[in-house]
Amino acid sequence: MSIAGLVREAADRALADAGMTMDDIDAVVIGKAPDMLEGVMMPELWLAEALAAAGKPVFRVHTAGSVGGSTAIVAAQHVMSGVHKRVLTVAFEKQSDGNAMWALSVPVPFGMPVHAGAGGYFAPHVRAYIRRSEAPGYIGAMVAVKDRTNACANPFAHLHEPDWTLEAAMESPMLWDPIRFVETCPSSDGAAALVIAAEDVADSLPGPKAWIRATAMRSEPTMFAGRNQVNPQAGQDCAADLWRKAGIADPRREVDVAEIYVPFSWFEPMWLENLGFAGRNEGWRLVEDGVTDLRGGSLPINPSGGVLSSNPIGASGMIRFGEAAMQVMGTAGEHQVDGARTAVGHAYGGGSQFFAMWVVGAEKP
Amino acid sequence: MSNEAEDVLRIRTPIGVEYAWSAGTRSSAYLNGLLEGKLLGKRCPSCSRVYFPPRNGNCPMCGVLLGDDDVEVGPNGTVTTFCVVNVPFLGQKITPPYVAATILLDGADIGMQHLLQEVDAADVRMGMRVEPVWAPRDNWGPTMENITHFRPSGEPDVDYSDYAGQL
Ligand SMILES: [Zn+2]
Repeated sequence: MSIAGLVREAADRALADAGMTMDDIDAVVIGKAPDMLEGVMMPELWLAEALAAAGKPVFRVHTAGSVGGSTAIVAAQHVMSGVHKRVLTVAFEKQSDGNAMWALSVPVPFGMPVHAGAGGYFAPHVRAYIRRSEAPGYIGAMVAVKDRTNACANPFAHLHEPDWTLEAAMESPMLWDPIRFVETCPSSDGAAALVIAAEDVADSLPGPKAWIRATAMRSEPTMFAGRNQVNPQAGQDCAADLWRKAGIADPRREVDVAEIYVPFSWFEPMWLENLGFAGRNEGWRLVEDGVTDLRGGSLPINPSGGVLSSNPIGASGMIRFGEAAMQVMGTAGEHQVDGARTAVGHAYGGGSQFFAMWVVGAEKP
Repeated sequence: MSNEAEDVLRIRTPIGVEYAWSAGTRSSAYLNGLLEGKLLGKRCPSCSRVYFPPRNGNCPMCGVLLGDDDVEVGPNGTVTTFCVVNVPFLGQKITPPYVAATILLDGADIGMQHLLQEVDAADVRMGMRVEPVWAPRDNWGPTMENITHFRPSGEPDVDYSDYAGQL
């Protein structure tokens, strides 16, 4: 399947779900991660045609791995501003068409070329988290087994590997020590699409819908002296802004389920702390106690199987946002969290420097 | 006659790109320093922090131009954190397994990535003191690759609390 076909299929499914056709759409917002991942410069030129967007405004959003989330937020802002009533937003990545590992390891002229893909970049920060929090070494494997198991209930997940046990996961080879093979996301092809509509349009539509309660974005430089690379300030600020806008005082109690961007399993406890779901150095305890489990946990994290089971990078953030919406719409199928009324979608990108988040609810705010 | 197995579903098309990088005044000083075997950083006039390399010429947090004076850092430093790379991939310059370390050079306020060798990966520690190993001078260019790698210096480890703010 071509990139155009992949994106068109996602768009057609989203439009059908909303009971709309392309004729109903006022504007299209497209996102993907760095063009080098596939070697296709300005895919929006190609995709404007594939999405039948002739005669409509088309926008491209670009914030590295968080782009799926920030693209959805830009689309939402077009509606919130009153400029458009119905916006189609689409994000994708087709990793099999390129070589993301290479694209993320290109030598830079001002330093020593030691990087080895995203894993090589993030592994030192994972090591720092383990040292700082004194987390047991098996926490990363616990998250991996949970997410790979959850993915088996999601027909759209890339990996369906039902047989992982904690023991087997601990035996998984170290790729970027301290990150094991099973604790690493796959290279995936995929696309996601959402239709974002104004309140009056949404009211007129039959069927379940997710109400956007709040959105937030923040960024910070990749490198600066004294940077907190385990618990970045931009992520803390983004989360605080999100909770304030959504009127959520205690996220741990008030949020029913969250889809957060976890490409390496240790980022689950790290982001639990960054988002304020857990205190400093306490995120791993929620994992260990089963709080983040799909069945029986009080705050299921990544019931879809998460980025750890499917990583079409540019789409991964939008998948988190869409999965959060599906949870509050009650349409998540086998990986539905019972009674989910409030859900969070989260994405991060670059060197943990771009953050995008939203809160969706079952009730109109 | 058509045969599905022979249908063209995908073709491979390589792309190559070469860039000229305009270093700017601050990074030029750093690159010239490397030609002389010196590690030259620049200090932010606002927050006083020393950037090595002075990558963008300005302080990322204060948004002001870094000072003109060179600040010599290193040559020794401290491993703040690291990764053992066991993954082979296209275009890799170093054969795995190897240790990619974040090294805080003495006098710098930000760590940099470099190779750590002449030590078993299992013996590498956060807080380990290291020293640079330079390539033969005849092979030097305006690049950090003049230092082939770092190796343990034998100095005592640095306390975690002394570099925890760098993680
Ligand atoms: Zn400064």
